[in-house]
Amino acid sequence: MLRAYAICVYIFLYLPITMIVFFSFNAGKYAMAWEGFSVFWYGKAFSNPLIMGALRTSVIIALSTAILSAIIGTLTALGLERLKGWLRITFDALIYIAIMVPGIVIGISTLIAFVSVFDLVNPSLAGLGIKLQMGTWAVIAAHVLFNIAVVALLVRARLQGMDRSLVDASEDLYATPLGTFRQVVLPLLAPSILAGFLLAFTFSFEDFIIAYFVSGPDTTLPIYIFSSIRRGVTPEINAVGSVVLLTSFVLLIIAQAVLRRGEKTARAS
Amino acid sequence: MAGLVPAILFTRGKKMRGSRPRMMKLSMTSSLRSKLVTALLLAPAGLFFVFLLLVPLAVVLLFSFGERAPAGGYVPAFTLQNYMDLPARGKAFFNTLTLAPLGTLLTALFAFPMAYFLAVRTSPKWRIALLILVMAPFWTSQLLRYYAWMIILGNKGLPSWLAMVGLTDVRIINTPWAVLIGAVYGYLPLMVPPIYVSLEKLDKRLLEASADLGATPTRTFLQVTLPLALPGVATGSMLVFILLMGDYILPQFLGGGKVFFIGNALVDLFLQSRNWPFGAAVSVALVAIMFVTIYFYMRFVLSKSDTRRAALV
Repeated sequence: MLRAYAICVYIFLYLPITMIVFFSFNAGKYAMAWEGFSVFWYGKAFSNPLIMGALRTSVIIALSTAILSAIIGTLTALGLERLKGWLRITFDALIYIAIMVPGIVIGISTLIAFVSVFDLVNPSLAGLGIKLQMGTWAVIAAHVLFNIAVVALLVRARLQGMDRSLVDASEDLYATPLGTFRQVVLPLLAPSILAGFLLAFTFSFEDFIIAYFVSGPDTTLPIYIFSSIRRGVTPEINAVGSVVLLTSFVLLIIAQAVLRRGEKTARAS
Repeated sequence: MAGLVPAILFTRGKKMRGSRPRMMKLSMTSSLRSKLVTALLLAPAGLFFVFLLLVPLAVVLLFSFGERAPAGGYVPAFTLQNYMDLPARGKAFFNTLTLAPLGTLLTALFAFPMAYFLAVRTSPKWRIALLILVMAPFWTSQLLRYYAWMIILGNKGLPSWLAMVGLTDVRIINTPWAVLIGAVYGYLPLMVPPIYVSLEKLDKRLLEASADLGATPTRTFLQVTLPLALPGVATGSMLVFILLMGDYILPQFLGGGKVFFIGNALVDLFLQSRNWPFGAAVSVALVAIMFVTIYFYMRFVLSKSDTRRAALV
């Protein structure tokens, strides 16, 4: 009986996703009325400059976010290990606040704080022909904030599970601290950093609500999808959606595999 | 935003108490250098936390005491009027504060048997793969998944199929039911993993002992399995509750403007009617309610179970 229940849950979880992919191959004009198989909408979607532009913006945002968060998050985890007392508690608290404050509030606070600053400085910058405004960079900044916290937690968990004797051995063999870090610590941390990178990429690529507030005139793919759902959908969006779904599935599975494999090697060594 | 935490949950757990780095065999000068290194390592994150989290949140707090400029935006002032006006959005608060806890509860009820199946009834070989299969949907576009549900629950979907078997005039979309279905669908992938972790850690010998002492399976379940799984249920509920409280897409798509949350009110206030000070007050209220609820919930959970694992992550 439990097995039957589990099967129902999987159907429940995957039915909507299957529907999106299924109807992306629809020949007809309407998103959910089947009129025969066709890849017409894929061609249409990938020759639509608005979709391709939004896709490019989203990839730039996600890639920048993932790279920056992976680096800064790892540095943070390493720094936290060396920290004690109230400073450490403060940093821990900030990490949890960054994770717990709802995305919508992060979006709002970033928007009004930056717009206020721009209103102050833009008149004096006008002479130089510079006008600061919200845009891609603001989305990246807000995404990095959240993902630093995620990567830091992932890497720190790994750091704490690490076998200290390896570092001691390296030190006993007269390796410099930097040498120990490069040749012992970093390889051991690599899986968690890579997993953090992939999670940050996925999060950033799919975030709608933060980008909705702070992207200014720029359009990300989720924003484009949101507005076309409101306009009434063609299978074009299903086609884009299917590609997006497939990408995130692949990334997620790689992230999980990497994380697990890393854990196994850590235990074996 | 807490959505990423379950992934972290997996990697923690076993060796939580790692030893501290042994930095003590350093002389005075190198201890100064070591402090400098620490500062440099933490500087980038520190800058982000200050300028993109603390300062913006402080600005929101400041704005919430201000007045609305005639053209929208903000005029400095000190007034509590925005907070007095909160009841004007009472419906959004009411919906959020009833449907978010209810949605969390339903998600936990549906997730528990699933987690139990994976942790106890599945062979270890398949467990992880099946668990990842449960989690995966959470990581795909929330927009697209709820869009699919919009169609399924819409008038041309489920209701028209029900009409074929004689059940006419069923309306699901744009009712609280649609939002609850969406909540269970959207957050089940997040609720199952923490419960799974707590059930997997459960010592099977306890179950055998219970059976040997003559307890019925039901009694073993109620008196052994369930209490031991509570920390996982608590963690999962916490995560789901946090995300539901701040949700926008779910009520937007499945509530269709009829069942709206605080998130929808915020989008309206900031992006349509441009009443920033009032919007700021609503944001402050949302964050305050969340943190207070979490605080009391954690205290309650921690007092109920002696394990500190129940704490968020």
